[in-house]
Amino acid sequence: MTSYIIRRLLLIIPTVFFALSFLFFLFFTLPGDPVTLIAGGADRTPNPITIQQITERYGFDDPLVVQFKDYWARTVQWDLGESFQTSRSVNDVLGERSVNSLRLAIWAVIIEIVVGLSVGLVSAIRRYSLSDRLTTIFTAGASAVPVFVLGFILQYGFAVVPNLNDWPEWARLRTSRLGPDTWAFFFIPTGEQWRYLILPAVTLASVSTALAARMTRGSMLEVLRADYMRTARAKGLRERDVVARHGLRNAMLPVVTLIGIDFGTVIGSAVLTETVFSWPGLGSAIAESVQDRDLPIALGLTLAVVIAYSLINLLVDLSYAWFDPRIRLTKGGAA
Amino acid sequence: MTTTDSPTGPATELQATEPGGGVSDVADLAAARPLRKDVWRRFKRNRLAMVGLALLILLVLTAIFADFIAPHSITDRDSTQFRKGPSGDHYFGTDTIGRDVFSRVVYGTRVSLKIGIAATTIALVIGLFLGAIAGFFGGLLDTLIMRVTDIFLAIPYIVLAVAIASVLGRSVNTVIFVLGFTGWLGICRIVRSSFLSLRQLEYVEAATALGYSRFRIMFRHILPNALQPIIVYGTIAVGSVILSEAALSFLGVGPVDPTPAWGLMVSDGKSLLAVSPHLLFFPGMAIFLTVLAFVFVGDGLRDALDPKLK
Repeated sequence: MTSYIIRRLLLIIPTVFFALSFLFFLFFTLPGDPVTLIAGGADRTPNPITIQQITERYGFDDPLVVQFKDYWARTVQWDLGESFQTSRSVNDVLGERSVNSLRLAIWAVIIEIVVGLSVGLVSAIRRYSLSDRLTTIFTAGASAVPVFVLGFILQYGFAVVPNLNDWPEWARLRTSRLGPDTWAFFFIPTGEQWRYLILPAVTLASVSTALAARMTRGSMLEVLRADYMRTARAKGLRERDVVARHGLRNAMLPVVTLIGIDFGTVIGSAVLTETVFSWPGLGSAIAESVQDRDLPIALGLTLAVVIAYSLINLLVDLSYAWFDPRIRLTKGGAA
Repeated sequence: MTTTDSPTGPATELQATEPGGGVSDVADLAAARPLRKDVWRRFKRNRLAMVGLALLILLVLTAIFADFIAPHSITDRDSTQFRKGPSGDHYFGTDTIGRDVFSRVVYGTRVSLKIGIAATTIALVIGLFLGAIAGFFGGLLDTLIMRVTDIFLAIPYIVLAVAIASVLGRSVNTVIFVLGFTGWLGICRIVRSSFLSLRQLEYVEAATALGYSRFRIMFRHILPNALQPIIVYGTIAVGSVILSEAALSFLGVGPVDPTPAWGLMVSDGKSLLAVSPHLLFFPGMAIFLTVLAFVFVGDGLRDALDPKLK
């Protein structure tokens, strides 16, 4: 087990290295010159002396290979540089933005697990009932709505309409920016904060909740037919215990896999959700930095996301052993 | 409507069983009656799948006959009508510079279907080829290809797409390229796992004994038997490519303005949500219905192709 974890952790290193190197070279072929950007924007003609100073300071006149080597030498020491545009240190931006993204993500995952699992479970147990059919239609629908369109629909229904019709204050939700930024225990919104949190959290959760519900339903339907379920009933267990302890736990394996793999999609949704709601998180920062050709920010934030993504995948794999003790994590090797 | 796709991802190495399992089905069905008839009979019974198919036919017809359906040109400006809501003359209203939203949504069908089908084709070809090689030959080649997919999977897909799109400039062809060359990972894994299990079967051994080339065995003998999940995945993939295209257009790295891309239209209307919601609603609805059609048809195909899941 321990050796398995160590091996997987070591495997993250080449993955991160190749992924970021690929992005590094990609960014260097981007049109637009970072030097003019630092010197004050693309539309102005900056002083040639300033340009020379900047070129020397950031090493833009070095060959690409040298720049590449320097980049990794710095990155290994977690020196991620500073933004070309605002001169803020990448670590500051990372610290500030990731906290906001994390809070949003925590709530999205809570919604995904609570709503997705329970809807899928009910749907599987009451197969072909009205609620099952509705679930089937709604989950297919939710996977077809573009995240940003859903965001705007929610904005319209819960913020624009209440404002136009002079609804009471308590019924209005906020749709833009972080809000007062007041939290208890890191992630529980206090005061007015919930008004700002709820719509982006629901939007971010929508796609994965629908997927989780579909997956739980499918997986649960398989498990319900299993012999051990009949055995559990035959020995007189209450139906609730049969479903919860024998059924759900066995049905969780593909669902957990999905939640882990789906994290990549969640990052994509996060970029869109945060852009729609102007939520100052990692996703919106990455989208902006790529468009602005702000190389240090884009690479630094992506580095953090790639590492987080790899670690989450590792956790997912480890959780298999918990859900299904028959799986031993000692073997493995080439996939 | 059950989803029992075998889990993929870096976790595959932990899976005790290989997915696929389509082999014996194919044999059984072929013995009974033609597979195509059988699949169509089951597909017809699935109401959602039929709704999806009807939507799909409607979309294709709209794309083909856009010239006859759209009452206005996509660039014509009506200088008396800025940001007007739906009316008898402009069914979906007009946009900020007086263009007819209905006509733009109608022509947008062409953009979306073109991108969806072209990008999926590219992704399928790359994924099929690499997946087949990885699954058939195994060993070092397999490890190498799977590591490459792991690396691509580790880069958040949208970051990669935005970065490539900004390198290549904004156009329909760029979007096709970006989505085609980032979308092959899933299909590669599916094809690989089918090939891994199929290559051990007797008929492959027989073909080898007959002295057929490895290329022929891979694509004439194994591939037809691995086709079911590929068809299902390919159908759903067209939908998700259209969804991604909309996202890229929304983020401002898709096609540029006169092109009636739905995502771009939503993006253009986003600051006017409170005053002119129709600017977002109609193109947004068009994306939704298109993707939904592909999802329903894909689900229906899966259930029809693999009756075991019923």
